[in-house]
Parts: sequence; structure tokens; C-alpha cells
Amino acid sequence: MSGYIEAQLIILCLSIIYAYGIYLPAASGQLNLGAAGFITLGAYASAWFNAGTGVSLPIWSSIILAMIFTGVIAFVISFPILRTRGVYMVLATFAFAEVVSGIAINLEFVGGAAGFPVDGHTDVSIIVPVTILVILFSFYFMSTRLGLALRSIHDDESVSTLFGVNVRTAKVVAFTVGAMLMSLGGSLYGHHYNYIEAQTFNVLLSIYILLYVLMGGTQTAWGPLIGAAFFVVVPEALRQIAESAGLKWLAEGRFILFGVFIVLLMVFRPEGVITRTLQDKIGGGLFGHKRFSSKETVSGR
Amino acid sequence: MLVIQQLVNGLMLGGVYVMVAVAFTLIIGMLNFLNFTIPALFMFAAVLMYATMMGQLPFGNDIILSIFGMEYRWVAGVVIALVVVALVSLIIERFTYRYMKAKYGDATEHALPLVSSLGFLIIFEHLVVSTWGSDPLTAVSPFGMGTFSIGTIIFSIPQIVSLFLSLIVVVMLSIMLKATKLGRALRSIAEQPDTAILMGVEVGRIVPIVYVITGLLCAISGVLFTINYSTVDAYVGDTVATVAIAGMVLGGLGNVWGAIVGGLFIGMLEVMSIYIVGADFAKVPIWGLLLLLLVFKPTGLFGHTLIGKGKF
Repeated sequence: MSGYIEAQLIILCLSIIYAYGIYLPAASGQLNLGAAGFITLGAYASAWFNAGTGVSLPIWSSIILAMIFTGVIAFVISFPILRTRGVYMVLATFAFAEVVSGIAINLEFVGGAAGFPVDGHTDVSIIVPVTILVILFSFYFMSTRLGLALRSIHDDESVSTLFGVNVRTAKVVAFTVGAMLMSLGGSLYGHHYNYIEAQTFNVLLSIYILLYVLMGGTQTAWGPLIGAAFFVVVPEALRQIAESAGLKWLAEGRFILFGVFIVLLMVFRPEGVITRTLQDKIGGGLFGHKRFSSKETVSGR
Repeated sequence: MLVIQQLVNGLMLGGVYVMVAVAFTLIIGMLNFLNFTIPALFMFAAVLMYATMMGQLPFGNDIILSIFGMEYRWVAGVVIALVVVALVSLIIERFTYRYMKAKYGDATEHALPLVSSLGFLIIFEHLVVSTWGSDPLTAVSPFGMGTFSIGTIIFSIPQIVSLFLSLIVVVMLSIMLKATKLGRALRSIAEQPDTAILMGVEVGRIVPIVYVITGLLCAISGVLFTINYSTVDAYVGDTVATVAIAGMVLGGLGNVWGAIVGGLFIGMLEVMSIYIVGADFAKVPIWGLLLLLLVFKPTGLFGHTLIGKGKF
């Protein structure tokens, strides 16, 4: 595998892991704009457990410890954060990410503002299988009773409560597990590039990850996969095309084109690329049965 | 004395945040969504102001120079920034609000406007990067660095003027909301859009006006930012707007006077935290305060409990 493709594959894999981390709460309608915070926690915690403690742990155990660490923090803050709703939740998670990054920059034992060199290397042969595991896990998670509960909360929270869904528990679990996935992605990032800096995990990263999920669609577990793949592959492909065809304006302006595309996609497919209706259409065409008639679902919902 | 000087500087910085915070609060109060194009509009106005003043526009520099001369190019900058940004804001209205309203009845049913506005943020940031590059752009202020002092406290004249200008604009806006027919229509939309339509308010005509007002607020503060702080780049909107969001939440979503108080307070808080705990750590007090506020008193100081509930 050439170095270029390998580098792109790793970016793709990390984006997919991050996207699933945001997807789990988003499946219940909770928009989390704090991806950067959880990624920072995971990357720094894993790097520190791996090398900073004096007892150098193997990579896999430090990654798992970092996930537990992030999970505990996410669990604790999920109770106050999930009290907020809608735009308040977007702002609260965003504020959380800013606080984490502000603290990380000032902790001298993890390098402070100068960044933190990371020991222990993970390469593509670890990252790709882990990504596949994350994808399988997310599909499984969404097919469980809890996953169904999340979907029902997304559609109507009060009706879910009436039907005996424990809304608080479902939301807290989704938020915490999502944070742990992002932590996993963050630690893989740190161990792959062997250098982390709190400034790289900024608000733009959080925005992009939230966009992966919302563009892909929050209704099915395919959404984040498609969204992240699309976001990573298309700009890169545009760059390749522009360079080989010698189109300077396209190479410089490909993100403008991409932004236009986001706006247009929201016009034509407001629930993201992959919706349940589309899934049933494709699934029905391939396997000859439908779980329910697509007419029963209101189009666009 | 140094502390008072810092407070004064913070107040000046707060003047920039006030207008952006008011822009956010208007959209969230009237239309119930967080408009992420506001950072883009602010940045675009600031960069246009720079480009016109320094003769860096992609075209038309000679015409501006021959009409206004070197001395008064800043006038052209103000006009161009205000007009272009207001127009851009109208285009954005078309895609973030009107279409969704027409198709789904309630534009904030989905996270749609939020995502579209993020799309516009990406478009404008890259538009500026591909035209002017991603390095900081330095403008020369047409008003020099005039200062006067009371005792040992130094005031910069352009900054004082901008602070008062922004306060006047915002106060006029709030009088307009309170006393005019348009203001009453706007408040009725904020309260209950469907009832407003039943009562004969032409929502389709009035929402673009909200966008133009937002665009103008962002444009004025962007222009003032270029004049006072002289260095702009494609990402200046992100930093200013995120702090302005904190100011808006502090004042209470949807409340113009709250946004003024919140914006000024957050400006002073930022400068004071930089002074006391250092630039790197300054993020923590601001965002920690915002986080605590959102959890324990999400309505802010003067907010309304209904705004932002269950919507994006």
C-alpha cells in the first residue's frame, strides 16, 4: 500500500470512529458539539498512561484505561449536560470542549502549550481492524433494545416515556459510550502521529464531526459511516482531480464547492443521505422484503 | 490603576462582542436557531474592510481609489462591507430559513438551519482563504492611534468611538423593537410564528428583515474590528463569535439588553483573566462560567424560559 493511500485511510478510519462517537447521542436527538473535548481527553490520557506514569503500560491497556477515564468523566458530566436541551445542549457540550482544551494546554506534565510527544506506535494494521470493530459494535448497539429506545426518543420523547422507556438512562448510556468511542479515536490518533497538541482538537474539528453525522443521517447506523467517508474522500478526490487536470481554481476552491454541496444536500435530503425509508428501499430491492411500507413513514422524517 | 486600565480595555473589547452577541440573540429569539453564519458574516465584513482600505480587492481597486482617494478609502470600505454582507445575509436566509419553512412548516423541526449555516461558514472561510490567503492580514488604521488619558488611564479614541457607536446602534435597535410597527411584528413572530401569521403579520417579508439587521450588525462590528485591531484573517470570526455566544447566553437567549450586558461583561472577563491567569488559561474561566450557567441557570440573567426549548 502506498504511503499516500495509507495516510488517507487512517484519516478516514479516525473520522469514522469519531463520527460514531457523536452518532450514538445524536441517534436520540442529542446534538453533541463537544467532540474535540472527548478526543483531547482520550489522546492525552492514553499518552500519559502509556509513558508519563513511570510504569510504561502496553499501548492497548493504556488505550482502554483512557477510555474508562473518559467514560467516567462523560458519565459524571452527562447528568448536568443532559438536563439541557436543544440549542442549550449544543452550547453546553461546546463549552465543555473549550474547558477541556483550556485545561490541557495548561497542564505542564502533559507538555502544556508546546504539545505532548507520544510513545508507542499504532499503525494501519491496528487502526483498520479497530475501526471495523467500532462499526460492527455501533450496528449491534443500535439493534439492541437500548438502540431502539434511542430511536424512539429521537422521534418523540414524551411518547417514549409513556411507553416505559427510561429516557434518562438511555441518553446517559448513549452519551457515555459515544464519549468512550471518541476517546478511542483520540488515543489512536495520538499513538499514530506520536505527537498531540490541544490546539489541533479545536472547534472546527467538533463542527466537522457533527456535520459528518448530520449529513450522513442520524436515522440509521449507516449514516456516520457514509457521512465520514464522504467528507474525507470527496475533498481529497477533488484535490487529486484538480491537480491532475491542472485546475488551480478547483484545488484552491474545493472547500467552497463542498460548502455549497452541504447547503444543497440540506435542501434536498434534510434528514441526511441515508434515511430509514431509503434503507428499506435498497434492502427491499436486494432481499425482496420490507420491514414496513415506506408509505407509513412521513417522507423527510 | 493597572486593574482599571485592564477593565477599560475589556470594556472596549466587549463593544465588539456586544454587536455579534445581539446578532446571535436576535436570530435565536425570533427564529429559534443558532446561526453559525454570523462568524462568517463578521469575518467577511472585516476582511472586505481591510481589502478596500489596502487596495486588495480582487477587482475595482482603481475605481475606488479614483473616487475616494487614499484618504477616504475607508468610507468605501464601510459601504462595501455593509452592502455586501447584507446581501449575503439575504442569500443565507433563502437557504437556512425560507426553504425549510416552505417545505416543512417549521424550520427548526430538524437541525437543518444549523447544518446549512455551518455549510455557509465553510464556504465563506474558504472563499477568503482562496482569495486573500490564510495568513493574518494587516490593515493600517485611517484614524491613527489617537489616545487621551484621564489620570493614568489611557483611552484609545477610535475604540471609545466604536464602543459608543455599537451601543448606539444596539439601543436604537431595541427602541425599534419596542416602539415601531415592525418591532411589534418581530416580537409577535418571536412569541408564536403561527399565531403571528393568523394575526396578519407577513412572516415571509419580515424574516428577511431580521437577516438584514443581523448582517448589518455583524458588518458594523467587523468593520470596527478591522479599524481598531487592524489584524484580520479568515478565522477571526470563529474566535470572536464563540466568545460572543458566551456573552449571549450570559445575558439570556433572545434578550437584546441581556446581550449588551453579557457582551460587555464577557469582554472584561476575558481581558481580566488574561491579566490574572495568563492568555493560555483565559479560556477556562469564560467557558467554565458558560458551562455552569447553562447547567444551573440556562435562561441567563434576563432570558425567557421558552426560547430554545427542544429545538436546534
